[in-house]
Amino acid sequence: MVIFPHPDDEAFGAAGSVAKFRAEGVPVTYLCGTLGQMGRNMGNPTFANRESLPEIRKKELKRACATLDMELKMLGYRDKTIEFEDKQEVADHLRSLLEEIEPSLVITHYPGYAVHPDHNSLGAAAVQAVEDMDPDKRPKVWAQAFSNDHELKLGPPHIENDVHDYFDKKLQTILSHDSQVAGMFGWFKNMDDLDDQVKKEMIENYSTERFYLWNFDDNKQN
Amino acid sequence: MKPIESDKVQQALDSYLNKEVYVHLETTNGAYANHLDKNAYTVGAYIRNAKVTYTKAKILGDGNSYRVGLKMELGWIYAEGLTDWTIYQENQLLLAGHDREGRLMVALEISETPFE
Repeated sequence: MVIFPHPDDEAFGAAGSVAKFRAEGVPVTYLCGTLGQMGRNMGNPTFANRESLPEIRKKELKRACATLDMELKMLGYRDKTIEFEDKQEVADHLRSLLEEIEPSLVITHYPGYAVHPDHNSLGAAAVQAVEDMDPDKRPKVWAQAFSNDHELKLGPPHIENDVHDYFDKKLQTILSHDSQVAGMFGWFKNMDDLDDQVKKEMIENYSTERFYLWNFDDNKQN
Repeated sequence: MKPIESDKVQQALDSYLNKEVYVHLETTNGAYANHLDKNAYTVGAYIRNAKVTYTKAKILGDGNSYRVGLKMELGWIYAEGLTDWTIYQENQLLLAGHDREGRLMVALEISETPFE
């Protein structure tokens, strides 16, 4: 199970790992927290506006999940507001889905080390949800960190998933989020035009997905 | 959206004068501003579905970038850096300012019915 707040978090963060699991026959469900309603990328050139963006991103999300052949559940929160919800309520919401679907593994963001407040707060709620479960029934949790200080504070990630073989699938998933593949990710659209060296570096950068294995004994949350 | 045509936007602004309307006002430089550049600040604000009535409205600018001021009984609503506009779903006036990569930097939207 993948628990991230925005349509496209799954694409940049875990699409290779999901593709690998699917190739091995493991079912995967994406619990997507919001519709990214407040995103500032409107396509380049722009084709979305603030009011049409949610429906556009919902379509892109469905396309991305179809590409990865994973189930999708949309949680219905609003972009940028998850941290202002009651954390326990969000955790209870997630726990009801964990108990229904019974995943063996949860991939989410590492609370405090995932830059965007929605990442940090949904990650915290996801960890809380698993913590609230019967210890014998808890899935493993892989937490993704990418704040600039994460390696300094947390040490090297425990899991380094080599997803070179699934790069094309990952790229296709990223490109499903057409409205968002602008700005710093614009070059994904023009890969064929890239210099071979640049292209190689880009593939390298996106072909390892790193996670920390959450330790429930050492990582008591407040 | 399309580049602002100030006379048409002025007409649209005037159409809401002295009516109870819903306003969405927003500015953002992205949740990753400080993550991508440690010298930058992550700043943003939005208010959605503020119910207001304005008595004066004006759009001003140099042809590329515009300002809008709405005067209310007890205060003002102001947005700067607006570049594009559209009428969405027949009764919503959407104004936004985009950067050269098409990212939204500021938005001012007015509607007679609440935004979703």
